[in-house]
Amino acid sequence: MAKSKPVEHLERVVIRFAGDSGDGMQLTGDRFTSETAVFGNDLATLPDFPAEIRAPAGSLPGVSGFQVHFADHDILTPGDQPSVLVAMNPAALKVNVADLAKGGTIIVNTDAFNERNLQKAGYESNPLTDGSLADLHVHEVALSSMTVEALKEVDGITSREAERSKNFFALGLMSWLYHRPAEGTLAFIESKFANRPEIAEANTKAFKAGWNYGETSEDFAVSYEIAPAKLEPGTYRQVSGNTALTYGLVAASKLSGLPLFLGAYPITPASDVLEQLAQLKQFGVRTFQAEDEIAASGAALGAAFGGALGVTTSAGPGIVLKSETVGLAVTLELPLVIVDVQRAGPSTGMPTKPEQADLLMVMFGRNSESPVPVVAASTPAGCFHAAIEAARIAIKYRTPVFLLSDAYLANGSEPWLIPDVSMLSDISTEFATAPNDDDGGFLPYKRDPETLARPWAIPGTPGLEHRIGGLEKENETGNVSYDPENHDLMVQLRAAKVAGIAADIPELEVDDPDGADALVLGWGSTYGAIGAAARRVRATGRKVATAHLRYLNPFPRNTGEVVGSYEKLLVPEMNLGQLRMLLRAEYLVDAAGYNKVRGRPFRAAELADAITALVDQ
Amino acid sequence: MSDGNGNLVQLTGKDFKSDQEVRWCPGCGDYAILNVIQGFMPELGLSRERIVFVSGIGCAARFPYYMQTYGMHSIHGRAPAIATGLAVTRPDLSVWVVTGDGDALSIGGNHLIHSLRRNVNLKILLFNNRIYGLTKGQYSPTSELGKVTKSTPMGSLDYPFNPLSIAIGAEASFVARAIDTDKKGLTEVLEAAARHRGSAFVEILQNCNIYNDGAFEYVREHKGNRIYLRGGEPIRFGADGEKGVVQNVDGSAAVVEVSEAGESALLVHDAGHREPSLAFALSRITFETDGAVPLGVFRSVERPVYDDLMSEQLEAARERSGEGDLEALLHSGDTWTVEAPG
Repeated sequence: MAKSKPVEHLERVVIRFAGDSGDGMQLTGDRFTSETAVFGNDLATLPDFPAEIRAPAGSLPGVSGFQVHFADHDILTPGDQPSVLVAMNPAALKVNVADLAKGGTIIVNTDAFNERNLQKAGYESNPLTDGSLADLHVHEVALSSMTVEALKEVDGITSREAERSKNFFALGLMSWLYHRPAEGTLAFIESKFANRPEIAEANTKAFKAGWNYGETSEDFAVSYEIAPAKLEPGTYRQVSGNTALTYGLVAASKLSGLPLFLGAYPITPASDVLEQLAQLKQFGVRTFQAEDEIAASGAALGAAFGGALGVTTSAGPGIVLKSETVGLAVTLELPLVIVDVQRAGPSTGMPTKPEQADLLMVMFGRNSESPVPVVAASTPAGCFHAAIEAARIAIKYRTPVFLLSDAYLANGSEPWLIPDVSMLSDISTEFATAPNDDDGGFLPYKRDPETLARPWAIPGTPGLEHRIGGLEKENETGNVSYDPENHDLMVQLRAAKVAGIAADIPELEVDDPDGADALVLGWGSTYGAIGAAARRVRATGRKVATAHLRYLNPFPRNTGEVVGSYEKLLVPEMNLGQLRMLLRAEYLVDAAGYNKVRGRPFRAAELADAITALVDQ
Repeated sequence: MSDGNGNLVQLTGKDFKSDQEVRWCPGCGDYAILNVIQGFMPELGLSRERIVFVSGIGCAARFPYYMQTYGMHSIHGRAPAIATGLAVTRPDLSVWVVTGDGDALSIGGNHLIHSLRRNVNLKILLFNNRIYGLTKGQYSPTSELGKVTKSTPMGSLDYPFNPLSIAIGAEASFVARAIDTDKKGLTEVLEAAARHRGSAFVEILQNCNIYNDGAFEYVREHKGNRIYLRGGEPIRFGADGEKGVVQNVDGSAAVVEVSEAGESALLVHDAGHREPSLAFALSRITFETDGAVPLGVFRSVERPVYDDLMSEQLEAARERSGEGDLEALLHSGDTWTVEAPG
């Protein structure tokens, strides 16, 4: 598909596709992202959709959006403000127009701007004609009718079905406008709709019609080119956090030699992991969709007792139900990986929106002294290594481990330099096979002096028959004990075991190119926004250091030293200051917070303002 | 079992006693059950390391500590869920769940019915004493309506569950009942449960001599009230077989005098009947309704076993796609290569 119009070069673009939740905006965004990834731009995405599957058509709550930021250089966030908005109806325009950058571009489906839809969106007058969009570049495109017209010769589809291909028309137009390679999308349509060739034909035709409309319409005078980014050499793919996490769990199973057992109950935004693992049975993966969150974690722990890599995945409202199982795993000292894909709460909250407010729950949300290591992913692709790390710690130390992700990481995607499988570290362990007591008996709680981990003797091992349970155990023998001194000892041992993991994780790395007085310390999915904000602040000549915690319990061993060596400390979090509370308690530092809990990722600009204020203080 | 040198070693009940002191109240029915189960274990023909007992919380849940097998004393009500994870990943093991009326039917009711409907290969032994013992005497979900306990000084308002009706309603593939002190009857039921592939549910009527003494006196002490169910035989009981069970036209079952109803009218027991309705009707015969209690195997049918089905899916996936290849998985979908600057 050749170009005949003038071409402008851009460094970066942020596009937001928005429409009804039934308009296929997530698919459109996904495809545009895939084209962009294959083209070689760096990118980051932010899908933003309602929890309702099909909210009433044309209504404001039913608007589904997908934002993609792509550039010729490395980028860290999905972008603060879209420069281009594709609005499929008045509601999509209304919800998103205020986010648009000054002088931004809007492409609207004029066919949807009828009186009824305008009314549903709460518009008293038509924004396309009342002058309210005067500061923006508006491209009025009759997306629906042109799609129907383009498909009138396709046999076997109704005009209603033809109209539903309009998202592919929009995709074709945007693909033309930004010089995206079309082959991937055309192949995707063929395979995705292989069972309905008439739909495949319709979508292909709609895509091409959109592309050709860009090429021929005078409304689009120029198209744009964004050169590929200079990324590290290697083979890349696009990956979302949930997919990377799924692959990480499969990799952990391979690297440990333990069969993977997932116990899960469907919950947004974690269900992808259950669904994706269910498709990987050829890896020996057993997925168990349990009757509830409790059974999901219980079954995973039962599998761990039998020598499997037991994993349970959920979001906050499910994690609370798993607390008793996690407590049991703490005292049984068996490996268990508990994945919490955090979402906005409390209670059901906002199921599809991200938040970081489960940190204190996973730290302390159990009865008694019940220490559990916590690992947190900070980028979508980073979920892969975070999952392997969580499994490594669980297996080596015979402990439950929380792995924190969130709705933004789960659904967001970015290019991923695919790791060389042969370079991934072995995380295997030895099961106990022989008695460990001088008299030939087996002591299930006799610990490894270095790691304080107890032996993992799985059923089926002759001579090592033993019983474990939730009652307090006598040190070494594991027999039920109510002895006060023994209980104190066991509490201390369990705490020391988890604290000792600090010696087995990397130190906290600090990025401080200029020797700053102020440190911004984050965790989880704020990584990109903090990094982008720091770049902006440094570009103004100010000095700021950044660091990001990937382990929250225990903290990396140099954390106290790092936070103590800066005059000012800022901790941005999508909660009311949970990490800040832990840092203050642990290190007696005067940490300041930047806390917003909107169910949306931080914008780089707001963090840059907060950092600037701190530095200038 | 083998001693590792290829020699067969005959185990006895004593080999299944752990070194832990048994700490139930003196006179508790659990002692009798422990004794029968330890005595029965050699019949499994499995070495000790292949057997696992998983329990929840309650008096009965201390059971695994006393068995020289693998065992886990877990959390209240969750034993069927935990055992499911173990059984599904380790089909080589014989997995037993020990639970009580509160553990299985109150806090763990959900896990019980779901493990039964899935037909996971578990043997679930429910010690029913119709009271909360470990928490010292509150009413349980099987306590009779109006029961006066510490938490119901004016009498319980809760209509009780019938454990067998629940299990049969959940379409359990094996359902049986026995009495703690009835060594022969309990052993027979355990044997049948062990032979059954899939979920086996056994209610064991157990006396709590501290908080609910005599709850089953009418059938524990009065043997004439025991209705032993035997496959293919007309259901008769009483000192001289003078009573029997018939099925009414509405499907319900009832106790009759054989002399009045006639021998040919008696119901012939068929635990293998495809429909659970017959077993359900028998489960409705209680001391309260009919002055007698059926014992033995109510239902035993073959149904696909969850663990087997899951293993088959893994095999099918491997046959279709070959053994999982991590490298290929990571490279699935669209990939692109960035060349090193040359």
